Amino acid sequence: MRYAETGYNLEIDLTRGNIERVETDPRDTELYLGGLGTNAKLIWDRVPPDVEPFSPDNLLIFGAGLLCGTPATGCNRTIVSTISPQTQLLAFSMMGGFFAPELKYAGYDKVVLRGKSPELVYIWINNDKVEIRDAAHLAGKGAVETAELIRQELKEPKAQVAAIGLAGENRVFFASIEQGRSSASRGGIGAVMGDKKVKAIVVRGTRDINVSRPAEYMQLCNEVLQYIKFRNENPIPGVMPILAGLGSPQEMKVHDEKWHTENFMWGNSRLRRKDFWNEEIAQAWAETLDSMRRRLISCYNCPMTCGATIAPPGRSVYMMKCFSKLTYTMAAMSDLEFGLGIAQSATEYGVDGFSAPQVMAFALELYEAGILTDQDFPGMPADNEGRFYWLLDRIVRREGIGDLLANGTYWAAKEIGQGAEAYAHNTIKKHEQLPLKLSMLNPIYFLMYSTGEKINITQIEGQFPQAPFPTRAERETFVKDWFQVPDDKFKQYFLDWEPRGEKSMPFYPTVQMCCDIVDWQEKMHYIDDALGMCAGLSSFPLKPPYHIHNYPKFISAGAGIAMDEEKLTQAVKRYRTLVRAINIRRGMRRKDEKPPADHWKKRFPELEKDLLDTYYRFKGWNDEGIPTEESLRELGLEYVFTDLEKRGVYADSGDTPPQGTGAQNEKEV
Amino acid sequence: MPDEKKKKIVKTIKVDVDKCNGCRACEVACSALHAAPPYSSNNPARSRIRIIREPLKDIYVPVYAGEQAKAECLGRDKYVIDGKEYEECAFCRASCPSRDLFKEPDSGLPLKCDMCECDPTLEKPLCVQWCLVNALTYEEREEEAEEEPRPEDVEVSVEALVDKYGLEKVLDTMDRLSLSKKG
Ligand code: SF4
Ligand code: SF4
Ligand code: SF4
Repeated sequence: MRYAETGYNLEIDLTRGNIERVETDPRDTELYLGGLGTNAKLIWDRVPPDVEPFSPDNLLIFGAGLLCGTPATGCNRTIVSTISPQTQLLAFSMMGGFFAPELKYAGYDKVVLRGKSPELVYIWINNDKVEIRDAAHLAGKGAVETAELIRQELKEPKAQVAAIGLAGENRVFFASIEQGRSSASRGGIGAVMGDKKVKAIVVRGTRDINVSRPAEYMQLCNEVLQYIKFRNENPIPGVMPILAGLGSPQEMKVHDEKWHTENFMWGNSRLRRKDFWNEEIAQAWAETLDSMRRRLISCYNCPMTCGATIAPPGRSVYMMKCFSKLTYTMAAMSDLEFGLGIAQSATEYGVDGFSAPQVMAFALELYEAGILTDQDFPGMPADNEGRFYWLLDRIVRREGIGDLLANGTYWAAKEIGQGAEAYAHNTIKKHEQLPLKLSMLNPIYFLMYSTGEKINITQIEGQFPQAPFPTRAERETFVKDWFQVPDDKFKQYFLDWEPRGEKSMPFYPTVQMCCDIVDWQEKMHYIDDALGMCAGLSSFPLKPPYHIHNYPKFISAGAGIAMDEEKLTQAVKRYRTLVRAINIRRGMRRKDEKPPADHWKKRFPELEKDLLDTYYRFKGWNDEGIPTEESLRELGLEYVFTDLEKRGVYADSGDTPPQGTGAQNEKEV
Repeated sequence: MPDEKKKKIVKTIKVDVDKCNGCRACEVACSALHAAPPYSSNNPARSRIRIIREPLKDIYVPVYAGEQAKAECLGRDKYVIDGKEYEECAFCRASCPSRDLFKEPDSGLPLKCDMCECDPTLEKPLCVQWCLVNALTYEEREEEAEEEPRPEDVEVSVEALVDKYGLEKVLDTMDRLSLSKKG
């Protein structure tokens, strides 16, 4: 018997309309756990580096985490993996909501899509019954609308639906997959789904998920619940409110946006407005949120209510999460009423809430700079907010200038030329980043920005405080009940970390300490992505209920796999390295691993070089960031070494792209 | 002492639909507890509490499984509360032929909330313990028990059994029972 997992994947060949239920190898679970880990294994095995994102040979995998469907609180993530049209690297966005547990109850750990359907279809998974159904009548429909229509036509109100909107259908490089109160947004995963002509995946399951040692497992779950209660009652003192508690940043609850609006950048990640927040704005925004927010809502099996249903006047209700609350507002230099309104369109169209607003602000910057002209914007309204709505419409339809913009700032700038590149200033690996510009280099963040392969800072940071606390007394209080650290040395690192003086940034934490800290933070995210745990209860907040000490117990008691901290650390290292190997094989090298040039004003090139050199070595990678033969062998990844060597990867500094055309050159015929 | 009335404990779960966030943790907990052996598996479709959940209409109703209904009602109820229209039968606790709620997924056998009667006894029903947002709260109060059942009531019950199983089966069973009771 398989525990926690179902032991089956659903393999769907869209070209031939073939559906197969395939038993998986339990040894892979031991080596790669599940979710991202086993997704990466499938991509490595079956998607060679010359496969373009929009090739039928690209896979689109919906992987439920190993522990999804068990009673572990907050364990509800679907890890969607494919080759991204935007970065051309592995994308592995996760979505919360209700999809992953439902898929497990239907009897599958993953849905693996390959090929391309000739016509627009949706996939209906109802336990053993799986059908590919015509979706012609859903073409052009919003993602939320689609979900409702499908539930009605199937008469299955309890079915969970992951759907794309117009942006996905038209292969916008930052199209999302929307699902209930959640979405898989980063990396343009929705565009791959659209390219495969799959409008939605619909799932309903009524089967059991078993755990190996029930009483022990439930005990662990109860301890987590108790600790969540404790943390809800005891926010961490001395840090800003959104870092004090658990969950995804509680954007739907807070009214006070002084910190975000004055520290994050407005427009195309351009302008800092240090005195923005005042009484009047506070009051107006509070009224907006209170009048539009209907209810705070959670994902499956989680008490944290990080999302909300939002009802903007005159528009249909949608579900919002986290920081998309402010990204449109700030990109358009507008107010919250506008932001919550346009986010409704954006959710129906299905676009990423970080990239989309920046792309639009970028277009308007180019217009102001005269690089784009009136001819590029025929019929664009004169008012700023109207322009954003207008641009969003052009982008998701790929009409006129929208066709270029739909590829994101990096590719659009390249094609526009005439100096437009300088305006695409906020990307890493061709992917738009959080709108943050700061003064002095933070060495920990330097490493995370450079090497994070999820290419999104919130998906690697978390366990270590972002900044030193002002006094030693405060730091001592903080470390007192900090049992989540993998090793007590982290407490010392933090205790000695001063805001000013000898032991302050950028030279403290030392290079070696930075490696330890980054590695720990990243590790926790990778564990979450294999188990299907929400980062909001684990890798993202300080002092979370899930950590390196109780995770091995969850895995042994839940999945019945003997596990301890060491073995878990090794497994994580294995699939983390595999993720890197996939990207290396696709041409990623050291030169790609850097934060936006203007992220910090004060830079330290020598220190940065030292940081990257040391971290690469620490991770078992060579100077180009390529996993070494020795480290691959140690992880049991000989097959990766053989492949990389055969392809001449070790001799290649990455100056020549591994293949000819990028996805941006491939146009719809 | 003939005058002293018997007491009984009434267990109540108060459902505050305004506090429910639709997370279904209650379903998870209930189905795990009722697995055999307890917690060995999990499947919300087996839960004895189910959330009627329509987020876009702001509808969240935790419903507990009650008695089985042999046949579906001839008329259906629809409620409108605060301008929100609830689906037919939304508040009904019955495991009923008209819907798939409160039935074991494979066998179709009816499910019924047993207030977590189990050994060892729980301090509070598990669904209540797992609802950290307090949409579910547990209360116990003492009430005077009803008098001994009246003979007419017994008659009605026996008639129902006869309807269901036939007179012969019921008589047989009665015989067996009385024998075993006498030892
Ligand atoms: S913490 Fe928030 S985002 Fe995470 S599972 Fe819970 S409700 Fe969802
Ligand atoms: S656990 Fe509570 S909040 Fe969650 S669905 Fe059940 S009643 Fe609602
Ligand atoms: S009281 Fe117990 S049996 Fe009834 S629904 Fe809640 S958990 Fe299930």
